[in-house]
Amino acid sequence: MKRRHFLATTGLSLGLALTVSTVAWAENAKLKIGFVGVTSGPAAAWGISNQRSMETRAAWLNELGGVDIGGTVYDVEIVPFDDQKDPKRAIAGMEKMAQEGIHYVVGPNVDDGAAAVRPVAEQNGIMYFPYAFPKELYTPPASNAILGMVANYQSGPAIYKYLMENKGVKKVAFIAGNESDPLSQRDSGAAAARELGLEVVSDSVTYQMDTTDFTPVLLPVIQAAPDLLVLSGVSPANAPQLIRSARELGYAGLISTETAQDAAVLAEGAGELANGFISVGGASTPELASDAMREFVDRYTKMFGEYNDESNTKVYALEYIIETLKANPAAIDNVEEFKKTMDTFEAPNPFMVGDAKLTYVGTTSFGQKRQVSVPLVVNEFKDGKFETLFVAQVD
Amino acid sequence: MEQILANGLYLGAQYALIALGLTLIFSLMNVLNFAHGQMYVFGGFVTYTVVAQLGLPFIVGLIASAVVLAVMGALIEKFLFRPVIRKSKRDESTMLLAAGIAFFLDAVILLLFGEKQRGVPKIVNGVLNWDMRIIMPYDRILIAVLAVALIVGFILFMQYSRTGRAMRALAQDRMAAQLMGVDVDRYSMIGFALGAMLAGLVGGLLVTITGINLGMGGPTSVKAFLMIMIGGAGVISGAIAGGFILGMMESVGLTVLAAYGDITYLVIFASLMVFLAIRPQGLMGKPWG
Repeated sequence: MKRRHFLATTGLSLGLALTVSTVAWAENAKLKIGFVGVTSGPAAAWGISNQRSMETRAAWLNELGGVDIGGTVYDVEIVPFDDQKDPKRAIAGMEKMAQEGIHYVVGPNVDDGAAAVRPVAEQNGIMYFPYAFPKELYTPPASNAILGMVANYQSGPAIYKYLMENKGVKKVAFIAGNESDPLSQRDSGAAAARELGLEVVSDSVTYQMDTTDFTPVLLPVIQAAPDLLVLSGVSPANAPQLIRSARELGYAGLISTETAQDAAVLAEGAGELANGFISVGGASTPELASDAMREFVDRYTKMFGEYNDESNTKVYALEYIIETLKANPAAIDNVEEFKKTMDTFEAPNPFMVGDAKLTYVGTTSFGQKRQVSVPLVVNEFKDGKFETLFVAQVD
Repeated sequence: MEQILANGLYLGAQYALIALGLTLIFSLMNVLNFAHGQMYVFGGFVTYTVVAQLGLPFIVGLIASAVVLAVMGALIEKFLFRPVIRKSKRDESTMLLAAGIAFFLDAVILLLFGEKQRGVPKIVNGVLNWDMRIIMPYDRILIAVLAVALIVGFILFMQYSRTGRAMRALAQDRMAAQLMGVDVDRYSMIGFALGAMLAGLVGGLLVTITGINLGMGGPTSVKAFLMIMIGGAGVISGAIAGGFILGMMESVGLTVLAAYGDITYLVIFASLMVFLAIRPQGLMGKPWG
């Protein structure tokens, strides 16, 4: 009996092992894409919306059977790293990606982190997609960074020009958080405004990122009586409070920013006081979103409980990486091949209606194509939702 | 000038209330509670959940914040600080524990409430405009009045209730209080719960004005420590004075120094260094009682 039992058990185990190994053989290869960005602390919303966008899209692609690159089907695996908005941690994150053999990384989210990881990325053959604006990251001799969104020096002038022509704006004031990103955005925004002939009535007032009462901060800015108040590089956490304080101080002019915002956060934090607030968004307004974009929003909401409108711009980086690799499979472990493909790459943009394309741009700003082409959608907040004010394209 | 004073008083009232809980815990247990800011944030999120998610009245949210944080404080004292204080004579053990709790609460807040900034609708609409000399929204005035009322209520409780007297005795001399029959464990737990409850109440009050987000905990703790260093650690009147002084310095600095950039806190920290070099125990720096 014992011998028969042993044989039966052995047979069963062998059968199971064979089944499991057959399943294992049937699994797709893994395509690891990294994310290095801030997913904790006050700016967590920036990085979390990035990471979740990537995870949502990866899960969706894997559910469809994976992505076919050069005849091999891959499941997309996102490898995240929280840099806590600290350049030292960002370097550690990029080194981790290099150790894991990853060649394509989305992030970091801020200027100093993006600048800090440059040597690691260049030495280890990593292409990275920062959400940071310093031009030296994208202009030669740098070649491994690709700007993942529209920079403020591209969107700012377009917004100011529109408001000058359509709303009669003549005087503008800038206010920024006391950190490198908002300060550099303020400086370039003020320079662009002067170039357009606007009078800059205030551009020296700054605030601590952890400010809880903006009334005293805004008082001198409002006293300068601008037609347009620009919240340079404002985080989604601070935007509603600044808008609310400005309105409560009696400011009746226009308020704008060049960063992406979340409609739910504005509605909760400022309510109808946020009506008319102008910000930069992606492609999820009803008139621009394709069925794929709507499905992305649904899937994101199901996976994480709540959608973040900032993901309208952050859905693109992973798509660009995958589509470029499809266009040139040799780039899967060779970023030089990726760079060669970027100059001529073109694919349909699945997230927008019409014949919108995914292409690399940036020649005008950086002297080479080192920016993803995402639509410059300028939104106006109205009664809890964003409405498209105008759409432009960047090169 | 009137506007600067009004802003300073409003800021001072909320700061004083934040500092009170921290100084109470320090005076009773000699614990620097680095998780105080995270408790404030947790309280804000509880009020947000009750008011914005469940649609219940603001006062219910405020009570829920007070209760949840009081229970959390009591549990933290009983199961974390009490055993550590009993087993370790080194002050840094409780400091490390408090820092660990702060990180833990940050992670819990991210998991439970998410990464987004949250806020609840204004509880009172309208703005007081006194001849353009003072502009102050009514909800801020209400919050400032509530904060002052809570401060007064807390002082009366500490002065005249049996529990308050026991806690004062404990703060004055732990050994003597024990010898006189004060149940040290019980009143330490009540004190910690009360401190955490105050943090939760401020979070609940301010979520209507400033909103709340995951990252507000650390900076709130830093400001609270700043206030009790100005006023004197472990002294109730010192915490109140420290809160109002910091609020007024911030208000004046942000207006007068605006043209020179964001140097208000640089000036405040530099002034504090000079002040502490002259008077290291703060303005009223002796254990209260």
